[in-house]
Amino acid sequence: MLRGLLRLTWIEIKVFMREPLGAIGSIVMPVLVFVLFGRLGRAIAPERRISTSEFFGVNVPVFVAILIAMNAVLSLVAIISIYREGGILKRLRATPLRPWTILSAHVIVKLLLTVVTLALMILAGRRYYPTGIDVPVISFGIALIISTWSILSIGFLIASIVPTARFAQPIGAAILYPMLALSGLFIPLHLLPEWLRHFPLTYAVSLLQGIWKGEPWSAHLGDVGVLALVFVVCTAVSAKVFRWE
Amino acid sequence: MPTETSRSVIAVRNVRKTYRSTVAVDDVSFDVFDGEIFGLIGPNGAGKTTTMECVQGLRTPDRGTISVLGLDPFRDVYALQDRIGAQLQQAQLQKRIKVWEAVHLWAALYRRPVADGERLLEQLGLAEKRNAWFMTLSGGQKQRLFIVLALINDPDVVFLDELTTGLDPQARRTIWELVRDIRHRGKTVFLTTHLMEEAERLCDRVAILDHGRIIDMDTPDGLVRRYCPERTVVLKTDDGNAEPAFRAMSGVGQVIAEDGRLTVRGNGDHFITEVIRCLSEHRIHVTEFRTVMPTLEDVFLKVTGHSIRD
Repeated sequence: MLRGLLRLTWIEIKVFMREPLGAIGSIVMPVLVFVLFGRLGRAIAPERRISTSEFFGVNVPVFVAILIAMNAVLSLVAIISIYREGGILKRLRATPLRPWTILSAHVIVKLLLTVVTLALMILAGRRYYPTGIDVPVISFGIALIISTWSILSIGFLIASIVPTARFAQPIGAAILYPMLALSGLFIPLHLLPEWLRHFPLTYAVSLLQGIWKGEPWSAHLGDVGVLALVFVVCTAVSAKVFRWE
Repeated sequence: MPTETSRSVIAVRNVRKTYRSTVAVDDVSFDVFDGEIFGLIGPNGAGKTTTMECVQGLRTPDRGTISVLGLDPFRDVYALQDRIGAQLQQAQLQKRIKVWEAVHLWAALYRRPVADGERLLEQLGLAEKRNAWFMTLSGGQKQRLFIVLALINDPDVVFLDELTTGLDPQARRTIWELVRDIRHRGKTVFLTTHLMEEAERLCDRVAILDHGRIIDMDTPDGLVRRYCPERTVVLKTDDGNAEPAFRAMSGVGQVIAEDGRLTVRGNGDHFITEVIRCLSEHRIHVTEFRTVMPTLEDVFLKVTGHSIRD
């Protein structure tokens, strides 16, 4: 069935790239935000190395990375609900394809998209952040994949529950954006009440910030553990409540 | 046409399927034989699609057994999918998938050797559309593409659910031709339709489904003969002797004179011959003559007590 998975994945990539705003919204926009903040940062603190400024050196890249992940998730939510409403999922199911293959293809597409966008962001950063980015890029990429994967499972859960395509993306945004606002990126966590510090995105931000700053993985095993747990729980619940039509 | 020795490729026994408190399919049993076009007919909501999807392994019946090509659609669903082809009601593809990409993708999904996709596209008149996005195709073209996808694995049984719903008469006729071609390739076709004309023209045998139950099952002709033996002749003549002559004829049920035309009704296969004999015996000059045969639509009305369009 590998051949089916690969071909379905490849076609989903092509179909996605043909969508108006598909490529622009998901790839160009985060990179653009990154570049603009980079220039802004240089204008404000021209003499300082980019990685030494907490805001421009850490929070901006992490924010953009999270933006990339959120784009991927919201796009997944929309696609799954549109495919369900249009009977595309059902049509694919009336083949020897296993259900997990159909859904995996979409997850792979989104993870690939995340990696490509991140690579472009880093490349654009090298050009526009004059002092360069001296961070463990590979580790950061892995951290972003883990985070995206985990948040994608939340997306799947949303797509499983939301009844119509019309509401899928707004509801997805309504759930994810507040989580982002409370993730510690905008408001320091210690200013938040204890019970608001444990959203999945909070752990993703903590992981990404740490790895970007060059902290070892061992310092963030807890974050990875929580993200893995989120993935397992959301996937298990989705498997129970997912509707194909 | 099935014969006594025909092999049953689909055997459905006492299948029941409920959605919450609604009984969609109730104690349905039937066989589909090798090489025939079998139609499940009935109004929307009669349970046609539910029955078909149970047979395809897309739904699990609450009760009853189903065997397709000797496989259990629930337990052996992937083995079964490999050997059947399907067109689903109101299914779509990705808006921006190209026709050839869909065919190429489907060809990768089956373990058995697949049919030549390019040739199928040509045979179904889609060769020129091979680079078109799915969303740009007309309704008829979409359905033809779904037929290509249903045939890509060279299946033994093809399932067609409301294939021509929403198509214009021209496109409908083209599709009918294509379905007959599928049978000529030696495949068994199982279809559903709420169009009685479609069932009459295409199906070797039909089962009438209403409120989830099968009411009767036979060839379209057989059903018409059984439930609507009445034959009608409408003719035009200036001869004043015609009306009394018909009234005197044996086997005549009703004679109506209206707008210079005579409508003569009677029962049985011989009735029309009798009318012609009567005309020739009395040397009645006729300027117009036509017979009105009951259709499956009339059969449906008779056996269910309501029209299929209700």
